[in-house]
Amino acid sequence: MTHPPLRSEAAELHLSHQPAPEDLERPGRRQLSPADAALMEQKVRKVEVAISLVLRVGVLVSVLVIAVGLGLMFAHHRAYLPLQGDFSYRQLTSGTTPFPHSMASLARALARGDGRGVVVLGVLVLILTPVLRVAVGVVSFLYEHDLPMALVTLYVLAVLVGSFLLAGV
Amino acid sequence: MTPIDFVVSLALVSVAAGVLGSLVGLGGGVVIVPVLTLLYHVDIRLAIGASIVSVIATSSGAAAAYVRERMTNLRAGMFLEVATTTGAVSGAYLTTVLPTQALFVLFGVVLAYSSFATFRRRHTDQPLTVSNDRIANYFDLHGSYYDPAEKREISYKVVGTRPGLALMYVAGLVSALLGIGSGALKVPAMDSAMHLPMKVSSATSNFMIGVTAAASAGVYFIRGQIDPIIAAPVAAGVLLGATFGARILGRVASTTVRLVFVVVLVVISLEMLQKGIFP
Repeated sequence: MTHPPLRSEAAELHLSHQPAPEDLERPGRRQLSPADAALMEQKVRKVEVAISLVLRVGVLVSVLVIAVGLGLMFAHHRAYLPLQGDFSYRQLTSGTTPFPHSMASLARALARGDGRGVVVLGVLVLILTPVLRVAVGVVSFLYEHDLPMALVTLYVLAVLVGSFLLAGV
Repeated sequence: MTPIDFVVSLALVSVAAGVLGSLVGLGGGVVIVPVLTLLYHVDIRLAIGASIVSVIATSSGAAAAYVRERMTNLRAGMFLEVATTTGAVSGAYLTTVLPTQALFVLFGVVLAYSSFATFRRRHTDQPLTVSNDRIANYFDLHGSYYDPAEKREISYKVVGTRPGLALMYVAGLVSALLGIGSGALKVPAMDSAMHLPMKVSSATSNFMIGVTAAASAGVYFIRGQIDPIIAAPVAAGVLLGATFGARILGRVASTTVRLVFVVVLVVISLEMLQKGIFP
């Protein structure tokens, strides 16, 4: 299955050394004037700023929630705290350790104020940051009137959302 | 070792994993999985779940810095994500059909080849100035970035979108099948096949691995592979490390990034071969 890309990669390496003439550029596409190019550049910057803001907020929220969850976990289980002792972390990382792994069990854990549940919530926020990033991408490309890229991004978003639905989250 | 020792030491390891992962665009999983299984003797299923978390943390943690420095080619990244996410979803449902062991061997060989190809390109870091790639021209995937190490704006053209897309599909497929970061194939695909500059390849791969990992994260969560006591220190540590790694990427020379990448790739390739041959 991996053979065709392997060959084409090698083939591409040889092909791409031949420089192509400039006039083969996108057919039927008007050349941008310097003013238009500057405007385009500004729009691209706006998209970048928006996406980076979404990311920062998402990352910050997830770290805070995870920190609170860890704090609760250690506050509720004093046995976890000593630097030395009989209680091994292995009891918490074996294949049979219980922790929330569905929306229903997560909701129950959160209702109990369980630290594990809060950590899982923070991790889910982190998992959602790339999805949110793609969603912002769709909106920004539409805003730029770049329909081909908006459709491409929309497809990626649909696959992402579909993957969560298929998994049954 | 008590839980507090575990959390603190794993967080420190994760910082290092985040720095390395974001520098080369591979994600923190490269370090996290072997450390968890070999040093901490954690169940492999939980280690793979932690790896997915670390990949997303590397991606999102590094991204804010990268995007601002305009090293990431967002258009090319989004465009190639079409193939990667499709591969990731189809991979999740092919797990039962395909022989995992043979895949490890095959993938080990592919990575060994791409580390060689990446190494061979170390002296030819000149970006292309023209492109006759119709798809790249249509979607305008070309770009430019300011390189703080060379103190100048570098513009480049993209070629080879077809082999690029094919490689990206495979990258998504194997990341879902084998639970490894897909960056190992993404960086060579962009660097060798599509002629993006090395730093742009690394930064764009960093952007993409998060999206690809998110496409299989739902399945890992439902299967109960995301253990909070492992995920918490990994997420926090990798996020912190990744912001450092992203800053370092701007300053070091492209050749250095390439060499670090090749070394890491050789290690992963050996790891894959070992898993396939002596499981």
